[in-house]
Amino acid sequence: MIIRNVRILGGEPVDVRVGDGVIAEVGAGLTGGGEEIDGGGAIALPGLVDLHTHLREPGREDAETVETGTRSAARGGYTAVHAMANTSPVADTAGVVEQVWRLGHEHGHCDVQPVGAVTLGLEGRQLAELGAMADSAARVRVFSDDGKCVSDAVLMRRALEYVKAFDGVVAQHAQEPRLTESAQMNEGVVSGRLGLTGWPAVAEEAIIARDCLLAAHVGSRLHVCHVSTAGSVEILRWAKSKGWDVTAEVTPHHLLLTDELVEDSPVGAYNPIYKVNPPLRTRADVEALREALADGTIDVVATDHAPHPVEDKESEWSAAAMGMIGLETALSVVQETMVDTGLLDWPGVAERMSYAPARIGRLTGHGHPIEAGAPANLTLYDPSHRSPVDPSSFASRSRNTPYTGLTLPGRVVATFLRGKPTVLEGKLV
Amino acid sequence: MNRDLISAGDLTRDDALLILDTAEELARVSERSIKKLPTLRGRTVVNLFFEDSTRTRISFEAAAKRLSADVINFSAKGSSVSKGESLKDTALTLEAMGADAVVIRHAASGAPHRLATWVHGSVVNAGDGTHEHPTQALLDAFSMRRRLGGLDGRKIAIVGDVLHSRVARSNVLLLHTLGAEVTLVAPPTLLPVAVDIWPCAVSYDLDAVLPKSDAVMMLRVQKERMNASYFPSEREYSRRYGLDRDRFAKMPDDAIVMHPGPMNRGMEIAAEVADSPRSTIVEQVANGVTIRMAVLYLLLGGDTA
Repeated sequence: MIIRNVRILGGEPVDVRVGDGVIAEVGAGLTGGGEEIDGGGAIALPGLVDLHTHLREPGREDAETVETGTRSAARGGYTAVHAMANTSPVADTAGVVEQVWRLGHEHGHCDVQPVGAVTLGLEGRQLAELGAMADSAARVRVFSDDGKCVSDAVLMRRALEYVKAFDGVVAQHAQEPRLTESAQMNEGVVSGRLGLTGWPAVAEEAIIARDCLLAAHVGSRLHVCHVSTAGSVEILRWAKSKGWDVTAEVTPHHLLLTDELVEDSPVGAYNPIYKVNPPLRTRADVEALREALADGTIDVVATDHAPHPVEDKESEWSAAAMGMIGLETALSVVQETMVDTGLLDWPGVAERMSYAPARIGRLTGHGHPIEAGAPANLTLYDPSHRSPVDPSSFASRSRNTPYTGLTLPGRVVATFLRGKPTVLEGKLV
Repeated sequence: MNRDLISAGDLTRDDALLILDTAEELARVSERSIKKLPTLRGRTVVNLFFEDSTRTRISFEAAAKRLSADVINFSAKGSSVSKGESLKDTALTLEAMGADAVVIRHAASGAPHRLATWVHGSVVNAGDGTHEHPTQALLDAFSMRRRLGGLDGRKIAIVGDVLHSRVARSNVLLLHTLGAEVTLVAPPTLLPVAVDIWPCAVSYDLDAVLPKSDAVMMLRVQKERMNASYFPSEREYSRRYGLDRDRFAKMPDDAIVMHPGPMNRGMEIAAEVADSPRSTIVEQVANGVTIRMAVLYLLLGGDTA
């Protein structure tokens, strides 16, 4: 198969020959028979890798399943997603992670790499069998209690130490629990006016600072999930300047949206479509996060795709579920906030959305440059397209996007998983 | 006027004055032996109370009945709400019944905003979580205007748990709109983080503020705050922020004392102060009915209905 007329990382138009799931040849004017796909001058990116996806299966199949979530991922240009552990039952045993991994494998829309829970039942009391999950068919390398913080300092220390035996990483949901009891939104000007209990930036920053120090102390790898504040960026910059093995991610929504939307938006005040954890922060935080993503202080864009059924969002604010879906809009939001603003070029996007997340997750089959010999995981993207976000077009089972009606740039034209198209002409294959 | 009354901040100065002036006219009706007006005959007002608040509910009920509206009391206890019905489904039910106005009290901040997106009738916020209580602010302004003769340039101290107080939020917004100068007085733990940008002054020192105040509004300290480290003990709170006899004596001779009720006598306010002739606390209750009549009258279009 030859994919004609694509611009690798935004470069000059070339053709890409694919065979046996691998890129065979890259060059201008390739000849030879077989199937041909017209790239139409689209940008070719290495298949995107998400470090932070909630697929909800097992347990909340009304919100998302492995099948619908991976279809959604393919539509967004992803060829691999890390499925978070906060399912029901929790992914804290080899059995559950293997089930999720197998479901992903069977559906075939993108690779599903399960994340294992750090503690049993995400309860923060006792380590889950991390080694058994690492040794299972799912080959778990990322461990996270995401949704909850591993707040006990001793337990966090032990987890960081223990996963060194199999080159694992602990992905921390940084949220000091006592400082965020009943927290509803960013603590600041807007929360004070709206009378909603605040989620202070310090509750994130204090845990990140502690965990960076712990990781340095035990010489382990730490990954920080969904960094949301300017203060967190400062701490990460400092930890990296020490040479410590600390990585971090930011979500597309924290790169674009602010807490002012809770008070004033086209969908009305207190609309829980903007309720997410960590919460939307201020304009100054957004600016700091963009800058940190540009300079590499933040390594990765991760979606924190968090599907919820309609009824869990159509309620009063405090009763609503936290989270937003994001797989199908991530690349567009990154273009809007980082590329079109001149902060990041397409090679930078490839690094933040494919190479780095694959490296952190130790995914050997993903995150490689588009060149002969690499697995044929590719995303073709048309950055000139512009259209309003229409949730009814999503492949996800859920509709809780904060971007409804917002005009965003770009469109995923095609996605290839090991040479096999999962999306063509913007539609699932 | 907007269709709904959800935040005191939605009222322009003209709106607020119209409500206060309308209430003055209606107060004269309340002084007659037959208190009822035919104005809202055939209109339905639903009192949708998800929190127990007998005093606010009966105040709205009396107001609606004096205007001849049909009143339906919908209390969360013993209703479908306690069986897990969502706010949206409750709203759609009320909508189907043809509610012209829904008066809502809810423990969640912002619940009236959500309700307003699902019903066509007017929504009146009767207290939402720790957000706002606009009719309380209106009745407070009405009470102050009657006692002080006007609000422009008047100095009002609001004392106590501002962080969790819907009364304080609504009063700051409304009193600012009406030209009064508000000072919030509280321990730093009971003030919101960004209170410095609110349209008011802030002080931690009640003794410094009292001698300059035309009115002092004491806020209730909720029981659940007392053991949550907002202050060391009830006694210490009372010593530093309670309005006792000694502090009362430092106030100007014509300054008034207010409290939205229910009071913790001996905690934030001494019994002698609450019962003094300069206390408006009982008047506030009476004025509550009057101001809610004015609000319903104006929102439901009065005699043009």
